[in-house]
Amino acid sequence: MKPPPLDIVTPSSLAEALSLLSAHGDEARPLAGGQSLVPLLNFRLSRPSLLVDLNRIADLAYIKDGGDHLAIGGMTRERAIEDSDLVRKEVPLLQEATTQIAHLPIRSRGTIGGSLANADPAAEYPAVVLALECELVAQSVRGERQIKAADFFEDVLTTALAPDELLTEVIVPKAPSGSGSAFVEIARRHGDFALAGVAAQITFSTGTPTDVRLAVCGAGTTATRLTVAEEIILQDGVGAEAIKAASDAAAQAVDPMSDLHASAEYRRRLVGVMTGKAIEKAARRAGVGV
Amino acid sequence: MKAPRTVSLTVNGETLSGEASPRMLFADFLREVLGKTGTHVGCEHGVCGACTVIVDGVAARSCLMFAIQAEGADVQTVEGLADGDELHPLQKLFSEHRALQCGYCTPGMLMTAIDLVNSSDSLSEQDIKVGMSAALCRCTGYEGIIKAVTAYAEQVHGKPVKQESDNG
Repeated sequence: MKPPPLDIVTPSSLAEALSLLSAHGDEARPLAGGQSLVPLLNFRLSRPSLLVDLNRIADLAYIKDGGDHLAIGGMTRERAIEDSDLVRKEVPLLQEATTQIAHLPIRSRGTIGGSLANADPAAEYPAVVLALECELVAQSVRGERQIKAADFFEDVLTTALAPDELLTEVIVPKAPSGSGSAFVEIARRHGDFALAGVAAQITFSTGTPTDVRLAVCGAGTTATRLTVAEEIILQDGVGAEAIKAASDAAAQAVDPMSDLHASAEYRRRLVGVMTGKAIEKAARRAGVGV
Repeated sequence: MKAPRTVSLTVNGETLSGEASPRMLFADFLREVLGKTGTHVGCEHGVCGACTVIVDGVAARSCLMFAIQAEGADVQTVEGLADGDELHPLQKLFSEHRALQCGYCTPGMLMTAIDLVNSSDSLSEQDIKVGMSAALCRCTGYEGIIKAVTAYAEQVHGKPVKQESDNG
């Protein structure tokens, strides 16, 4: 239960970090908050020979108001996001999801970029960036590119990032006026990985949904959008029958795995229930009765 | 490349330094190099909370940090709570409310609770239950711990902690 022999370099600038990752290739791994990577090292499930510690790069941790969006630096701590008045006001879904990540002492160090780049299927942030249609900024010595959240998550713990790329910024569109959101998850104990979680971001115009975003985590190899359920709510509104139909569609859409904590069948049911709850909560918060 | 490096930091107000190889975890550095064995090591993968210390003002798992990452940090451990024989107010409340039995989890419980209570002046009893779920205890059944932390929150913030039903 100790990390394998390795070395750690602590660059003080992004440029230095990127050239280290470029020079060392697959042998190196970036170390962000370490709340997922260090357990993997302690279990010897990951054995990089070099860690590039990003924690001394001060200009990677920020939450900036970009007008119609927030720009959040990759090394921004989950706790800073949770405590940010700007996030609470402009992107309440992100704030609510953050409070459900693990525990406070984990959120003290865990980062948004680290969680997204790790791409754990049960993690909250992948579902949030899918629902909010965020853009993820990746940098390497080869340059900078923006990756749509929809194109980012490829498989369990696998993303579109190349080994020499760092996720340096998340561009989060502000919630439109007239919208409501909710992040609902169920876990065996608070702080455990979710058995299933659903993010909802729904925009209404005089009580009618005009834009519906639903994303699920914990129920497949990656977080995914629930497009059939979205379409049902968009067409039929947020009455009890439509919500029931959307919940059933969500349960049908996912392909969960069985594990120690829950069977695939049980997870599928949970996705349905969580979808219904998330839609109801989001609608209520937008001032639409359900 | 993997040679030990000197790590200098402040622990409970005292400037200390020691040698750490790059792979040494901060929890092991505190215990084995600095001799601060009050910080306990349980699961070594961030789940149990026994190794929780306060780093630069916030609680963190010392088993999920490398020692060399603590260079220059301001750290508080359980050894810094009591003033000689005079226990810290939270330690007194743990005693009064029978919030410990074997005591193994207690250092992590105390540091978790101090950060939790500092983090908000409007914690409800449910917030305290959720917050303290960051640390595991196999003896007490938690009731005493929740009572002690609730009493501590009331002491620190000078107002009653709101009770609310646990609706999950």
